[in-house]
Amino acid sequence: MIDREQVLHVARLARLELTEEEVGRMSAELSDVLGHIEKIGELDLVGVPPTTHVVEVCNALRPDVVEPSLPREVALANAPAVAGGGFLVPSPQAGADLW
Amino acid sequence: MTAGRNPSADVTLLTAAAAVGSIARGELSAAELFEAYRAAAAADELNAYLWVAGDAPAGGTPADAPLAGVPLAVKDLFCTEGVPSQAGSKILEGYRPPYTASVVARLAAAGAPLLGKTNQDEFAMGSSNENSAYGPVLNPWDRTRVPGGSSGGSAAAVAAGSAPWALGTDTGGSIRQPAALCGIVGLKPTYGTVSRYGMIAFASSLDQAGPLTRDVTDAALLLKHMVGQDARDSTSIGFPGEIALPRGDSLAGIRLGVPQELSGEGDVGIDAGVLDAFNATLKLAEQLGASVHTCHLPHAPHALSAYYVLAPAEASSNLARYDGVRYGLRVENGGLHGMYTKTRTQGFGQEVKRRIMLGTYSLSSGYYDAYYGRAQRVRTKIADDFRAAFDEFDFVVTPTSPSVAFELGAKTADPLSMYLNDYCTVPMSLAGIPAISIPNGLSEGLPTGFQLAGPAFSENRVLEAAFALEQAIGFDASAGRSA
Repeated sequence: MIDREQVLHVARLARLELTEEEVGRMSAELSDVLGHIEKIGELDLVGVPPTTHVVEVCNALRPDVVEPSLPREVALANAPAVAGGGFLVPSPQAGADLW
Repeated sequence: MTAGRNPSADVTLLTAAAAVGSIARGELSAAELFEAYRAAAAADELNAYLWVAGDAPAGGTPADAPLAGVPLAVKDLFCTEGVPSQAGSKILEGYRPPYTASVVARLAAAGAPLLGKTNQDEFAMGSSNENSAYGPVLNPWDRTRVPGGSSGGSAAAVAAGSAPWALGTDTGGSIRQPAALCGIVGLKPTYGTVSRYGMIAFASSLDQAGPLTRDVTDAALLLKHMVGQDARDSTSIGFPGEIALPRGDSLAGIRLGVPQELSGEGDVGIDAGVLDAFNATLKLAEQLGASVHTCHLPHAPHALSAYYVLAPAEASSNLARYDGVRYGLRVENGGLHGMYTKTRTQGFGQEVKRRIMLGTYSLSSGYYDAYYGRAQRVRTKIADDFRAAFDEFDFVVTPTSPSVAFELGAKTADPLSMYLNDYCTVPMSLAGIPAISIPNGLSEGLPTGFQLAGPAFSENRVLEAAFALEQAIGFDASAGRSA
C-alpha cells in the first residue's frame, strides 16, 4: 500500500534518513496502520463540515502593550552554536546537500 | 510537634488533600512533607523520574497558599525554567527552558512546588512508556509490566507513593490509560480549560494537561488550581465558575449511557476480566440510584482511524522545529540541510519517526483530502455523536483500557496493536470533552479503570459522580505502594 519509493519520498519531505532495514519496516508498519485508517473511506461524509478545533475561539486578542521579552543571551543560551548575537548555522551552500 | 499525630507515621501515606489539611492545622510542616517525598522520589526504582528536586523552594511556602506546600511531580514535557525538560527525547537532552509552563507556574503560586520531572513516552507518543529515550517505566503493581503511557512516569510515581500527585497530558488517552493501568485517578479536562503554554507540543488541537492523583478529591483540588484563561495560549478559554470538591454519595436520577460501540464488540475486544470489573461498577452505580442504558456513538469505531491521521499530522508539523538550530541536539553534516537531516535522524526515536512519517504522508500532495480532510469530518461526526448521547444521558461510561497492564515488550513489535489501547479514550479526545478514569477493581490481580465522560465544561458533575462511585467501589491501592 505504501511502497519503498513512497517511504523514501516522505522521509525526504520530513528530513529523516532511513536505513535500508528501516525503509522495509516503515513500509510494512505504515501500510498496516493505513489499512486500518482507510476504513474512514467507507463513511458518507458529504456535506459534513471539518472540525479543525473543538472549541469556538476566534481571534483571541490581547491589548497591544509592549511587555518584556527574553533577554538575548537567555534566548541564545540553549543554542548549539552562536555568533554575533544570533543563531549560527552551517552554510546552506556547503556540501552537496541541497534538498 | 502538635499532639494528635504520630511523629513516626509515614507522611507520604496521606492523600494530597489530607496533607493540605494537616499542614493547615499545624500538624505537619510543609518542609517535612517535601523532604519525605524528595527522599522517596530520589529512591525510586521504577525509572519514574528523570529529575528530582534537590531542595524545597527557597523561603518555603506562604502560609496562606491553598495547596500548602504539597509538592507536585510534573511530566517531563512541561517546560520548567532552568530544570531539564526533555519530553522523553534525546533530541532535547539537557534542554533547560528559559521559562515555566503556565499551569506549572500557576500551581507553584498556589503552593505546589516542583518535586521532580517524570518519565514519559517520547513527545507523549505511546501507550506503554516504552518509547522514552530514557528507558521504560515499570508498573509498581508488577515490575515486569508497563505502567501505560504516555504519562507513565507520573502515574507510576503517584501509585507507588513517591509523589502525592502529578501533572500529565492527554492527547488520546495519555492521562486516563496510565491511571487505569496503575490503579489511580486520571482526569482529562475539557479542551481549553487549562493553558497549553509551555507544554512541549504533540498535537495541539488535542493536547490537554490534567491531574493524576490517588483519589477523586485530590483530582478536583489540583484541577481547581490548574484551570484558567491564559493570554499566552490563544486556544485557552478557562473554566466557567470554580471547580468544587466533590462530596456526593448518591447517583439518584443519573442516567448512564454505555456505548455499544465501545463495550467489546467490533474490532477491539475488551478482556473478559476488564469487562467483569466494569459491569460490577455499573451494578454499584444502580445501587447508588443511577439507571444504566445502552447508547450509541455510531462513529466511535472510526475515532481511532481519525485520531491516527490528525494527531500525527499535527505532530509532523509541530516537530519540524527540532532542526538543530535553536536548542537541543545538533549533528553537523556538511551544510544546513544535511545538518537538519542528521540531527533529526539521530535525535528522534522509532515511534516518533513513524508518526512523523504517517503525518507527513497524510498531509502530502495527493493524499490530503483522502486522509486529513476526511479525518476532520469524522471528528465532527464524533462530536455530534456525543452531543446526541448527552441529550439523553448525563454521562457516557466505558472501560478505560481494553486490557490490564501488559508485559514489557509485548506490543513493541506491532504498532497497530499498541494504538488499539487507545480505542476507548480517543473518542472523548476528538470531541474535546472531559473524561475521568477511576480505579475499578482488579482483573488478574492488576488494576482496571472505569471511564466516565460528560459534556464540555461538566467537570464538576463528572467529579461528583466519580466521587460517589469511588466511595462505593472502595478500591484498595496498597498493593501498588508495597511493590
